[in-house]
Amino acid sequence: MCGIAGLIHRGKSSKVGHELQGMLQALKHRGEDSTGYALYGDTEGKNFIMRVKVGENVGEGSSSIAEDVSVYDERKKIVESYLSEMGAKIVKDERILPYSLRYEIEYDKKDLLEFSQKIESIPGVEILSMGKSLEVIKDLGNAKMVCDRYNLDKVIGTHAIGHARMATESGVDIKSAHPFWGYPFSDVSVVHNGQLTNYWNNRRALENKGMRFMSECDSELIAVYIAEKMRDGASLEEGMKDSLTGLDGVFTYFVATKDSLGMAKDTMAAKPLVLYESDDLVAMGSEEIAIRSILPQEIDTYDPFDGEVKVWQI
Amino acid sequence: MANLKNTEKKTKSQAMGMHTEVLTGRTQQKFFNPDEAENFYYFGTYDVDFNKRTDLDVKDMTAAEANKKIDNLMSEGYGTIVIKNPQGKHSLGVGILNKLNLIFEGSLGYFGMGSCDGPIVRINGRVGWSCAENLMAGKVVIEKNAGSCFGAAIRGGDLICKGSVGARTGIDMKGGTIIIGGDAGAFTGFMMQRGRIIILGDVGINLGDSMYDGTIFVGGEIGSYGSDAVDAELTKSDQDWLKRKLKVAEIGENFDVSKMKKIVAGKKLWNYDNLEPTEKKGAI
Repeated sequence: MCGIAGLIHRGKSSKVGHELQGMLQALKHRGEDSTGYALYGDTEGKNFIMRVKVGENVGEGSSSIAEDVSVYDERKKIVESYLSEMGAKIVKDERILPYSLRYEIEYDKKDLLEFSQKIESIPGVEILSMGKSLEVIKDLGNAKMVCDRYNLDKVIGTHAIGHARMATESGVDIKSAHPFWGYPFSDVSVVHNGQLTNYWNNRRALENKGMRFMSECDSELIAVYIAEKMRDGASLEEGMKDSLTGLDGVFTYFVATKDSLGMAKDTMAAKPLVLYESDDLVAMGSEEIAIRSILPQEIDTYDPFDGEVKVWQI
Repeated sequence: MANLKNTEKKTKSQAMGMHTEVLTGRTQQKFFNPDEAENFYYFGTYDVDFNKRTDLDVKDMTAAEANKKIDNLMSEGYGTIVIKNPQGKHSLGVGILNKLNLIFEGSLGYFGMGSCDGPIVRINGRVGWSCAENLMAGKVVIEKNAGSCFGAAIRGGDLICKGSVGARTGIDMKGGTIIIGGDAGAFTGFMMQRGRIIILGDVGINLGDSMYDGTIFVGGEIGSYGSDAVDAELTKSDQDWLKRKLKVAEIGENFDVSKMKKIVAGKKLWNYDNLEPTEKKGAI
């Protein structure tokens, strides 16, 4: 089933980590195999923040194979040596969990493709996000568990999207969890509720064009599909509108960039979405109770119509 | 095994385990026999007084607790209940098979007022997916917008949304009336079998797709027609009925119904008659 939620503050920052946690926790009955956050922090935007996983969470319910922590240590060393090789200076590094790393790096090149390919050439290593504002945090468990594990409650930012996952199409693991980074574009992330029925056809076509897939989760296709459109010069909104015919199946999805948040709904409107919009805040979720977790007062909400695409700026 | 080659057409299907069943003159006649009027009252319903009124704050209750509390209040004779702080909770007000004046001061989540028969409900907010699904009788008024599958499979009653509604409004409906003050999404009236839908605004693609019977009236633009949905002549009788219905629904009373489009099923299914169960029930 899965649940998605997103919010964007216009003209101000807020405790988006705390707010999104509340929204996703309200949707936990839609799935708590894994939960993911894409938080757009209140940074000055000088350095890149790279979230990397060097292994999987192999706790209860995981479909991943256990590895020794020494393997993670070795991968971490290689990641750091590759960063040095590519001229990326590590300003700050954190190891939140044995398999989860966060780097703040100085890197002056704009094209992240070569950079990402190099880092991900290390077996078992995946960049969860790369950007000057974006941080993708995803792990097994419900929103509260992931929030507590990664200390997200105090994260300040302008906007955020998140996903509560019930695994149906692929494994219970971090690599299949949402949000997906819009590789190799800085600060682009995607969450999706639904099922894409032309996944393999699109994946084959996109891989032939040099795009990369890290999982077998159909939702990842949306991130790659839009990234490919943007690579060819399309705007975010154009890419999303194109997806309404290019993607087959049922879907409601959100895309976020450094300064915008968008939603798209398939032409059959088969997946739910409730939306609240005011001058200073847009909040949306699979169910109204997600919005109610941050706006308990009486508000006007609505369901976007079939085939609708909307994009908001911060 | 039966010899299929030598059996008659009618018995061949029976030999294969598929029966053709003629409904006309059997099920409905018996079900709506006025001599069995007591059958229209459900076991366990309450004699309530509409002038006996109370408030119920459900902020800290689960849906099950709130619904149980409503039932308890009806058992105490309360005929008017005002629900405070529904806060988008799912499944509130479901399964009320009683006369009741129920008011929600706020919005409901999914499946609000599902499987009800009889209550008069006003929701001073919005409703999520599948509001009033399987409504048998009564009246449900939503002051703001509604989600998808609004009035799915209703059998009777009036379901009114003063704002706009999502996709698949009136899907599989078998009677009753749905009135929309704003716009409606795709697949409105999908597979509807009886009843009427009135939309004062625009409607999305595939209107009335695969409808068996029933009627859809549209005041605005139509995205596209679904399979089997065709235009029909808007008669004087239709206009009179529309005016009356909009007035009773407190919605679009001054709307120019003469310019509405009337959409019906282009094909008629075998065994379908035009009399709706609610009309039969109302006649006795």
